[in-house]
Amino acid sequence: MAARPAAGWRQQALPVATVLLAVLLLWYGGAVGLNRAGAVERVFNNGPYTLGQLVATTLNMERPVLPAPHQVLADLVSSLVDWPLDSPRNLLYHVAVTAQSTLIGFALGTLLGMVLAAAIVHSRTLDRALLPWIVASQTVPVLAIAPIVLVILGSLGFSGVAPKATIAMYLCFFPVTVAMVQGLRAPQRIETELLHTYAASRWQAFWLLRLPSALPYLFPSLRVAIAAGVVGAMVAELPTGAQAGLGAKLLTGSYYGNTVGIWSALLMSALLGLGLTLAVGGVERLALRQRRPA
Amino acid sequence: MNPPEALSPAADARTAPVAVSVRRASLVYQTADTPVHALSEVSLDIRQGEFVSLIGPSGCGKTTLLRVIADLEQITGGEVLVNGMTPHEARLARAYGYVFQAPALFPWRTVLANVMLPLQIQGRPKAEAEAVAREQLGRVGLTGFERKYPWQLSGGMQQRVSIARALGFEPKILMMDEPFGALDEITRDDLNDQLQQLWQRERRTVVFVTHSIAEAVYLSTRIVVMSPRPGRILKVIDSSLPDQRTLDLRDTPEFMALAHEVREGLAHGHGQGHGGGH
Repeated sequence: MAARPAAGWRQQALPVATVLLAVLLLWYGGAVGLNRAGAVERVFNNGPYTLGQLVATTLNMERPVLPAPHQVLADLVSSLVDWPLDSPRNLLYHVAVTAQSTLIGFALGTLLGMVLAAAIVHSRTLDRALLPWIVASQTVPVLAIAPIVLVILGSLGFSGVAPKATIAMYLCFFPVTVAMVQGLRAPQRIETELLHTYAASRWQAFWLLRLPSALPYLFPSLRVAIAAGVVGAMVAELPTGAQAGLGAKLLTGSYYGNTVGIWSALLMSALLGLGLTLAVGGVERLALRQRRPA
Repeated sequence: MNPPEALSPAADARTAPVAVSVRRASLVYQTADTPVHALSEVSLDIRQGEFVSLIGPSGCGKTTLLRVIADLEQITGGEVLVNGMTPHEARLARAYGYVFQAPALFPWRTVLANVMLPLQIQGRPKAEAEAVAREQLGRVGLTGFERKYPWQLSGGMQQRVSIARALGFEPKILMMDEPFGALDEITRDDLNDQLQQLWQRERRTVVFVTHSIAEAVYLSTRIVVMSPRPGRILKVIDSSLPDQRTLDLRDTPEFMALAHEVREGLAHGHGQGHGGGH
């Protein structure tokens, strides 16, 4: 929770760069190894080749098993630079589609999570009745739920962003509920009794004590939730016929064996998830800036 | 706002109306094996403007008695009246301010906002609440710390904030549960002095729970000595000390005699020649 001083950045940068370098080396090595068979068969026609030729070929194939990082980067840059923002060829278009359903689902999921948590901490009955179902809901794989939700909502006339946001919400609300139940119960007895001596209403106790006490619990769960929301939104894009969104892009990529396209969509979704998580972290620092640095 | 200041405490104690009346109050907790008598047939009248200390060893029911008066616990027998009302009604009428052993300040609120909390709950206008809070912080000597957060203050200062918070809505009765128990002795002396001056100025009814004989004798107009198993009142000692008190008073024979009387009372409860205070 503590805001790191600026010097921390430099201390963090070196290990991160080291790991990045190791990943890139492994990636290149993997690309050579995995693409070798295809290169030998299709490019060299099982004929003789030198090591230099092999490396140069495996790292620049059109449909590699594992595309090399520079291929993915080139594809990514070309999609961002060569096509207008509203073109389905531009990855940012798909990012926007996925981000939209993610954010709507996240907002709804957070709201649902907080309402459920508030209900649970204020009612012993709801605590016993709801919590097992909430936990059980998360044991059903989202891949199994997604088509059902899409079909049902579609038959009710909801299409487009609504079903995707619903599935994102389904993944978002759970961590928020669990963390908020814990957070709303975080006030100590002495703090509760203090408000009791002021004859504060339940609503006042919630607003003035329980909710502020819960914030340090809420924000980490929001970071988990928004990352889960990206997954939910992308999974929801798969059965829709794959028109738009990063999930759709992944699906079309696999249809046509466009492995480079799959990887650049994957990279974009990782960047989207990272960006959203960082944004939540920024809001967290802003909201908790006056709290004691732990 | 409050009774005139010319009266001596002794005169006050005899003529002032009763603020808190406890009649044969008992509180029995049912535990798995045996019932625990936290309070057994306790009777006590506290008049307006009195400073009454409840003293005794752990488990004597002094905190329980305070919590019963404050409607934080319910008695199982007898009767308690606060300003003629049941403790529950008195709490809803916001008749008292309560200071806990820990400051219980909300860490996300500034010092000023912490003192404003009870006023905010009462629905007072923000500007008025802020003015009152600033004034109360001034009275406990914390002007200039309004914008600080609790964790930026020392333990003694935090407890002063909590006293300012309890005084903010002008409660007729101030209840304090070992408010200085967790502080070092120097800070404690300092706060005892400040509390004494505060009481001199405003003459609110104070019910004060403490472990410390010196603290009880220094602050109180009346000292209630309690004993455990079952929790009961052993002795009520009227203070013979003068109205105006300074810390020097603690070295006078009068003070020592009173402290001795309290210690004797406590030892009597133990059935040993061993004082209960520390």
